[in-house]
Amino acid sequence: MRLYLAVFALLAAVHCEELFNGDQVLRIHAESENHIQILKKLERDVDSGLDFWTHAVSTEQPVDIRVPHSSLYALKDFLKKNNIPFTVIINNVQEHLVREREEMVRNAKMESKTKSFNFAAYHDLETIYNFMDTLVASHSNLITKVNIGSTYENRPMYVLKFSTGGEQRPAIWIDAGIHAREWISHATAVWLADRIATDFKENRAPVPSILSQMDIYLMIVANPDGYVFTHRSPNEFYRLWRKSRSATSNPKCHGVDLNRNWDAEFGGPGASDDPCAEDYRGPSAQSEIEVKNIADFIMSHGNFKSFMTLHSYKQLLMYPYGYSGTDAPDRTELHDVATKASKALNSWHGTVYKVGSIFHTIDQASGTSVDWAYLRGIKYSFAFALRDTGEYGFLLPADQIVSTARETWFALRYIMKYVCDHPY
Amino acid sequence: MKTFCSVWLLLSLVELSPAPPASQEPPLACTGAPDPAPPQPETAEDMASTGDLEPTHYPARRAAQVALHYLNTHHGSPFRVFGLQQVHKASAEDVGAGGRKYKLDFSVTDWGSGSAGPALRCSADVLFPRTERHSAPEVQLHCEALHQINSTAQEDDAFYQKYISPDSAVSARDIPDSFGNMSEEMQPFWRLARVAASFIMLRESSENTEFNMAKVASVTQQESREEQLMLEFVVLLHDFPSQEIVQWKLLASWSPDRGVRVLQTEWQPRCPHATKPPN
Repeated sequence: MRLYLAVFALLAAVHCEELFNGDQVLRIHAESENHIQILKKLERDVDSGLDFWTHAVSTEQPVDIRVPHSSLYALKDFLKKNNIPFTVIINNVQEHLVREREEMVRNAKMESKTKSFNFAAYHDLETIYNFMDTLVASHSNLITKVNIGSTYENRPMYVLKFSTGGEQRPAIWIDAGIHAREWISHATAVWLADRIATDFKENRAPVPSILSQMDIYLMIVANPDGYVFTHRSPNEFYRLWRKSRSATSNPKCHGVDLNRNWDAEFGGPGASDDPCAEDYRGPSAQSEIEVKNIADFIMSHGNFKSFMTLHSYKQLLMYPYGYSGTDAPDRTELHDVATKASKALNSWHGTVYKVGSIFHTIDQASGTSVDWAYLRGIKYSFAFALRDTGEYGFLLPADQIVSTARETWFALRYIMKYVCDHPY
Repeated sequence: MKTFCSVWLLLSLVELSPAPPASQEPPLACTGAPDPAPPQPETAEDMASTGDLEPTHYPARRAAQVALHYLNTHHGSPFRVFGLQQVHKASAEDVGAGGRKYKLDFSVTDWGSGSAGPALRCSADVLFPRTERHSAPEVQLHCEALHQINSTAQEDDAFYQKYISPDSAVSARDIPDSFGNMSEEMQPFWRLARVAASFIMLRESSENTEFNMAKVASVTQQESREEQLMLEFVVLLHDFPSQEIVQWKLLASWSPDRGVRVLQTEWQPRCPHATKPPN
């Protein structure tokens, strides 16, 4: 139908401006075999000028007719006299065509915006937020943008929700950028958002089947204040900023390490109580509004089955615990999943990731998001430390963004499929 | 003209942005502890154990990183910097006088030759002394086929000839920049900074640190001395366990014959508003 109208729109635009002005499309609901015969006779009358878009076949299917303006009164009168019910489904075909054409042009512009979006570059917050809006507009049947609260400096925190429907479906959480200087994580998440949308649209497995059963929530920038701060200047004080931007008890030092502020063994070793430290845990668990917003959102949703967070650098794929060296109860399964995911990642470009618990691969860390999620019953909780292993570290060249994102996608896709296949 | 003025006025109004909130202003004084000592030792269970270590876990990796700093101080150049590829085997034992010795079997790659470069197999003993005051770890290192890897003598010489001339006065900042960009001309200087920084990283390392060079804040060529290129660097080191960024100013010399030597090092507090390190 859309194509039909599209062709009309083009023809109208090319040849005549007002070919269908005042015409209406009526939907006829035939209720008896007699009605069907009347409609069939009407259709056979080629001089009537009636344009049957669907044909009278049975009382099960409505019949749509485009009626030229000049014939409207006569036909409606005829239908009423024969007690054939009808409704007007297009009030003015010309107007409708114009609106359709405008929407097509808008969509084409949107699509070319996302198609022309430069994924191989680092973008500032405003550009990323605009990208989100463009993506949502291009995939409005799949993606919505959820505002889960504001940051310390009053910026909105957005999550992209990928859903094909249902009520509170089991869900997967992915966040990036909780540490501001880890730019490759935001850039990867931007690419992932587009990739998930495209895979769904082009019916590429396993995305449609995952989305038929689960929702995906993707937070591209979990620490907007910090991210904006890293763009203020190439000076390392700004560019290498890690934390949030909240005021602390020390007027000379700002910010809390958002990945030490979660209510998971908060206060334990593996975080600092010095406001000037990079891993300052904050005055209390969830004292940071950014952490509170995410935690509250996930808890009130109540049906998350997987929690994954993107960081850099070091090329590691980790699972709980961070706060302790003892094995998590699901350690064997998590290690197996992570190992297979890292193999999938490696298959793309040969990049080698090491797998293990946070405690053993990086160091003891308390108040981390992955521990929090796991302790809240979200079994499949993982932390990625993306490229590289130290050559460029936080300053990963932009020409590595797409290959990093793609290999990360291989791992994430494996994990998401696993989660989907192993409901609990 | 009137419309032009109103449009201009409108535009200028639009472009005015509110003053950043106070929280965004850099602190008046400098951040960073006055003492660049490594962070407090944590109760890490791995390190208490003696014997075989898991190669993918951090104690083995940290020790290997120390061996790598040592390798770079000896064999690094403007066209060669080694990076850790992976640890194959590792073990540790406590030794007399409170030290801990790691035995490592690991592979390294030359970052200078890109990801296509061959991996070199190395073995090392790394001794971390456990003394009251921090002292540098001691490393014994052997890498197979070290002298068989492609020589960079030609590039070294060309680079040396270009910059040893008396009117050469290289000066640059932010290598790489925020986006990871680095001009081809700056690459050898970046590698030299990495090698020179390795002297500092080696010296400052302990079992509780894992240093890497995050970026070169600045490079300023000094007057050549005794036919050595003299370069003053300000480098930023990243310590993985504490996530701290540590700033060092250093003076290094280099020539193809003598390699890299570090003549002066100075720890610097991190001041956001300072364009030059304080004297």
